[in-house]
Amino acid sequence: MEYDVVIGLEVHVQLKSESKMFCSCANEYGAEPNTNVCPICLGYPGVLPVPNIKMIQKTALAGMMIDCDVAKFSKFDRKSYFYPDQAKNYQITQADLPICLEGKIDISGKGLSGKDLPTKSIGVERIHMEEDVAKSTHFGNCTGVDFNRAGTPLMEIVSHPDMNSADEVYAYLTNLKQAMQYAGISDCDAEKGQIRCDVNISLKPKGAEKLGTKTEIKNLNSFRNAHASVEFEIKRQTKVLNEGGEIYQETRGWNAEKNHTYIMRVKESANDYRYFPEPDLLPVTFTDADLEEIRKEMPERPAERYNRYINELELPEYDAGVLTSEKAMSDYFDACVAAGAEAKATANWIMSELLRELNEANQTIADCKVKAEDLAKLLGLIAKKTINGKIAKKVFAEMFASGNDPEAIVKEKGLVQVTDKSAIEAFVDQAIEANPGPVEQYKEGKPNVDKFFVGQVMKLSRGKANPAMVIEMIKEKLG
Amino acid sequence: MGKNVVPEKFVSIAELSKKLVAGEITSVEICQSYIDACNATEADVKAFRVLDAEKILADAKASDARRAAGNALSAYDGVPIGIKDNISVTGEACGCASKILEGYEAPYDATVITKLKAAGFVCFGRLNMDEFAMGSSTENSAYDKTTNPWNTDCVPGGSSGGSAAAVAAGFCPATLGSDTGGSIRQPANFCGVVGLKPTYGRVSRFGLVAFASSLDQIGPLTVTVEDAAVLLDVLIGCDKMDSTTIPNQEGGFAAALSEETAPKKIGVPMSYIENEGLDADVKAATLKAIEQLKADGHEIVEVELPHADYAIAAYYVIATAEASTNLARFEGVRYGNRAQSNDLLEMYTKTRENGFGAEVKRRILLGTFVLSSGYYDAYYLKAQKVRTLIKQDFEKAFEKCDVILTPVTPSTSFEFGSVKDPLQMYLSDIYTISVNLAGNCAISVPNGEASNGMPIGLQFIGPILGEKELLQTAHIFEGLQKEAK
Repeated sequence: MEYDVVIGLEVHVQLKSESKMFCSCANEYGAEPNTNVCPICLGYPGVLPVPNIKMIQKTALAGMMIDCDVAKFSKFDRKSYFYPDQAKNYQITQADLPICLEGKIDISGKGLSGKDLPTKSIGVERIHMEEDVAKSTHFGNCTGVDFNRAGTPLMEIVSHPDMNSADEVYAYLTNLKQAMQYAGISDCDAEKGQIRCDVNISLKPKGAEKLGTKTEIKNLNSFRNAHASVEFEIKRQTKVLNEGGEIYQETRGWNAEKNHTYIMRVKESANDYRYFPEPDLLPVTFTDADLEEIRKEMPERPAERYNRYINELELPEYDAGVLTSEKAMSDYFDACVAAGAEAKATANWIMSELLRELNEANQTIADCKVKAEDLAKLLGLIAKKTINGKIAKKVFAEMFASGNDPEAIVKEKGLVQVTDKSAIEAFVDQAIEANPGPVEQYKEGKPNVDKFFVGQVMKLSRGKANPAMVIEMIKEKLG
Repeated sequence: MGKNVVPEKFVSIAELSKKLVAGEITSVEICQSYIDACNATEADVKAFRVLDAEKILADAKASDARRAAGNALSAYDGVPIGIKDNISVTGEACGCASKILEGYEAPYDATVITKLKAAGFVCFGRLNMDEFAMGSSTENSAYDKTTNPWNTDCVPGGSSGGSAAAVAAGFCPATLGSDTGGSIRQPANFCGVVGLKPTYGRVSRFGLVAFASSLDQIGPLTVTVEDAAVLLDVLIGCDKMDSTTIPNQEGGFAAALSEETAPKKIGVPMSYIENEGLDADVKAATLKAIEQLKADGHEIVEVELPHADYAIAAYYVIATAEASTNLARFEGVRYGNRAQSNDLLEMYTKTRENGFGAEVKRRILLGTFVLSSGYYDAYYLKAQKVRTLIKQDFEKAFEKCDVILTPVTPSTSFEFGSVKDPLQMYLSDIYTISVNLAGNCAISVPNGEASNGMPIGLQFIGPILGEKELLQTAHIFEGLQKEAK
């Protein structure tokens, strides 16, 4: 039997912020446990939450990035439950009146599996703000609680159940991350837990109206795991249904090593969180002027940038896609072009040389010592034929290691391309004289021998000879 | 038979300040004299949870040194003030008279304490109270039963019973209390002192251990209305640590007492006075007060507060709902008492079972119930609607008058253990509770004594941010009382 797959996501995104949501403690990843804490985030008797207005504004901006309506009136609520990761034993969150409502994320192009994605909009139901909880770490017979994360600002972004495949889930997450990165709302570094997602998934007979029973896969900490878990869950549910079995409403986890989902808990009855309006905080209100002010901070959105690369810079779709996938990379590209570099040459260089060096050094573009203006200079040296491509790669390696100016490196190491005809002739003559065998082979018409001679000349010239001139000269000499 | 340990003479903080400024007395001398008073009769009153004479005298000495060097922080530098056990003072216990906070020491100052310290006031001990401010007699303290200095067989009222008793017994010239449904005004009334509940949002709640966040307000208990005004001037202000404080507030309350004012328009809700539950002596005293004010040239107008009958019900839904979450943090994980168990849930339940008293448990259960899914609309939401109606009642009434006059409580102080039914105990707040629901300011001022020798109080209620008119009216009435004597 064939099934329709129905998927909705709840994504938690940590807001990029110097301080926590309701106190002035530093919001810092990787600090010694329980060092960024104060009476407020530890829920001491008598403390009150002090809202971080900037983060409320950032959440509104997040909504604007994905076409949400920003509510002019929203409020915070208390969500009650007892657990050691929650200092007050209630979480400040937003229940019925979130900051952002009804947005969308567009997807298109190729999916992670290589198959084409449908071109469609995935609805976003809401974005609400809440405080993150402390981090629990389980050690054998006890659990450690680190309150450094307690009270840091978090957004929950809830989609409509508009996705139908693992590829769509992956694309939704990728585009959501892009939107958040572009507006500086979050780095969405999954390894640091800055973006985490829960997947709700159900199957129903193809074309059926009634939705099937859903399962929820919790705490997916990477987009690939989200993709893999959805693929698995579709197969699992299909098998159960085909065998006449029943899907139970349950919470499942993902075992990335064994590549399968597993039951965490069966939902017996809904938890009663006893939501009610947080009396310690005033409602959040925005005037038209406030929203206009926030809208001014909206950067060029990823899709706009992608289109600009194609339409104005005439880049291929592939290049535009790769470059805009990471805002930092795309910003770097724009800076190179602004410094005078030719767009396609820049794109090629970034996608090949720069990304390779970054991968080898295990760095991100933010760590890169090569300034965009310097890469533009290097590309200019190639364009002006001051150096050839091969030398340029050497120069770039040096720039990558030291951050030095390419012109200085070229000058210092004497790497300027030899374009003097007599100098090249001398190298060619030397190569012919030293290799009588290959000369014979060339004359016999053996293929690729010309390349051998080019190599010899480049060796003799220490790579500085202009390759095009060398080839021409060899053809001339050997007839 | 109970003892009366009320001293013959009280000294106001205004007088103490004058003497300090004139160099006629030192802070050490003042504090020592109050410590001596405590040593004499505190065993009968048991107003304090903690009284660290050494620390108080050290602070007094520091104050004297400042004044001697010409660096006095204010005219009140060196004046002692007692603090209710639910307001944080760095390095001092803040136990809320509960077993669950045994051993807990506050690591920070409440905003009101920061303000008092900045003006040089000396924090003078931790005052007993009903556990977590839940009660009307201070009998719910997990520790001692504070007595009424007028008759030690009687309760001092609550929840700020220690704060009222300490002033009435002459243990300190003024104290801070907190008022959620009458917890300053009712004990002030029972102990014959002045008690002011400011407008909600006047005074920062940061550092006040929350009972019901939307109702709690810190205020002073004093021997005179002027002292209440002086302290209000120190305590008020928008505080970035408390989002619910009101911005752009103006003080000058003490100065406004000496302003020439037009006769006041005083509203009287006759339904309050005609209430069957009102004690005959209290009723007579209230009517007499109305006559005194009338004779002094003030206009008495009748006002209606039609939804007042629903105030107690709405209050016990809203206050307990908030309290059930506010008190969720007390589970022994980070501070206070912790029961030992290898099981997390059992540790929580045992800690809370052992740590909380019966009244606190009752209110947590009630609050948890009214917020439960399926009941929220019927209780919490409905109570909020009632609250809005009560607020509107006051707004309407204040179109006709400057302040409203009512009794503070239906009766004078009662004997220990005489009120056993919690619902009957809740009724002792019938005249004070609607003020908290509406957010208005109100003050309780002494209004003579009943035939049983216990003090009676009179309540004036002001509009939102109407403390100036409120204190002026109370000050006028206080003057009339003195004249009558």
